[in-house]
Amino acid sequence: MAALKDIKRKINAVQKTRQITRAMNMVAASKFKAAQAKMINFRPYSESFMQMLNELAGSIGSASHPLMAVREPRKVRALLLTSDRGLCGGFNNNLIKAAERFIAEKRNAGLDVELMTIGRKGKDFFKKRFAIVNARTDVLQKFDMSLAVGVSEDIIPPFLAELYDEFYVIYNEFVNVSVQRPKVLKVLPLAAMERSETRNVEIEYIYEPSAKEILEKLLPMYVHVMLYRAFAETSAGENGARMAAMDNATRNCEDMIENLTLKYNKARQAAITAELMDIVGGTEALAKG
Amino acid sequence: MSAEMTLEIVTPEGSVFKGVIDGVTIPGLDGEFGVLRGHAPLLGSVGIGTLTIFTGNKKTFYAVNTGYVKVSPTHVMMLVETAERADMIDLKRAELARQRAEEQISRLPRDAAEFEKNRIALMRAIARINTSGRK
Repeated sequence: MAALKDIKRKINAVQKTRQITRAMNMVAASKFKAAQAKMINFRPYSESFMQMLNELAGSIGSASHPLMAVREPRKVRALLLTSDRGLCGGFNNNLIKAAERFIAEKRNAGLDVELMTIGRKGKDFFKKRFAIVNARTDVLQKFDMSLAVGVSEDIIPPFLAELYDEFYVIYNEFVNVSVQRPKVLKVLPLAAMERSETRNVEIEYIYEPSAKEILEKLLPMYVHVMLYRAFAETSAGENGARMAAMDNATRNCEDMIENLTLKYNKARQAAITAELMDIVGGTEALAKG
Repeated sequence: MSAEMTLEIVTPEGSVFKGVIDGVTIPGLDGEFGVLRGHAPLLGSVGIGTLTIFTGNKKTFYAVNTGYVKVSPTHVMMLVETAERADMIDLKRAELARQRAEEQISRLPRDAAEFEKNRIALMRAIARINTSGRK
């Protein structure tokens, strides 16, 4: 009988776990929807922005700007985006691994690597083995453009001051709900804009104030736009990954409950059989006596 | 040339306005400027201030905050960080933001990095308050 009780207790425990994972799945699903909407809402902005930048760069020709300065790299800086909380499968692990690969690769090439992080998981992993330039946590759940602008304060001025020579973002590329891919994106120096041959080059714009001044402001904004997109994709990816992880966990719980119930029924049956045998044995003994 | 002019305002949070208009005045970086149909192609910076959209004899006001505008003869494309229609502005919050920024500004030395941030915040708050009053 003890075995029966044990199994029953286990079933109850697993059922409770299932309840939790199912609730977490639903929370993640609603957060995912919001994060995905954010990502999609940003698209028109980033697309129009890129178009404007291309046209401008196209009409001024190969403008040079301090943010485009290509230097012989000695020191590189990378920003790693992770989530603040776990329970989202291999999401953070994949990002951290990508960062480790990146660091090893750059070090093998004889470069110094500096790391910035956003998200608790990345910070916790690297804080003991690495001097982190600036670690931000609890910012990705709810962010707007001012976060990207704030983060770029740690990126653009030191780059211009030649404190480092290249800047990368390691973030999660959002492919779809179930496919997350860590991606390393080179942000600085900005790639020289190609002069667009096909698009209405013949349009002569009036610039207000001047083309140079506009470009000077657009280029830092390009960094903001890239950061914002990386934030949005990472945050959508995190919730997508958590949704999938919790869905898996719920399904595992169901499998376990099924197995345990089977075991429970078998044990119960065995107990009944044993009891019957006892009774039958007893009556037989009585009849004989 | 088509007889209409369209305006589109896009922010990082999504598209805020898209439609046919008669004209628009934009708070440029070096002062306000008006755009009517047939305007010469222009690429300009948008500052912090009030944007006025003219449709028929109706005016609609938006508080906008830094960005760019691309004008072609029949289409105006605006990229701004934020754009709020006058009747959607939370006046209380704007007043609070103004007070906060004013306090900081009176406290901080002029050359502090925070000073500039608060100056911008103050301009933003004032723009929102002014826009909200214009109906």
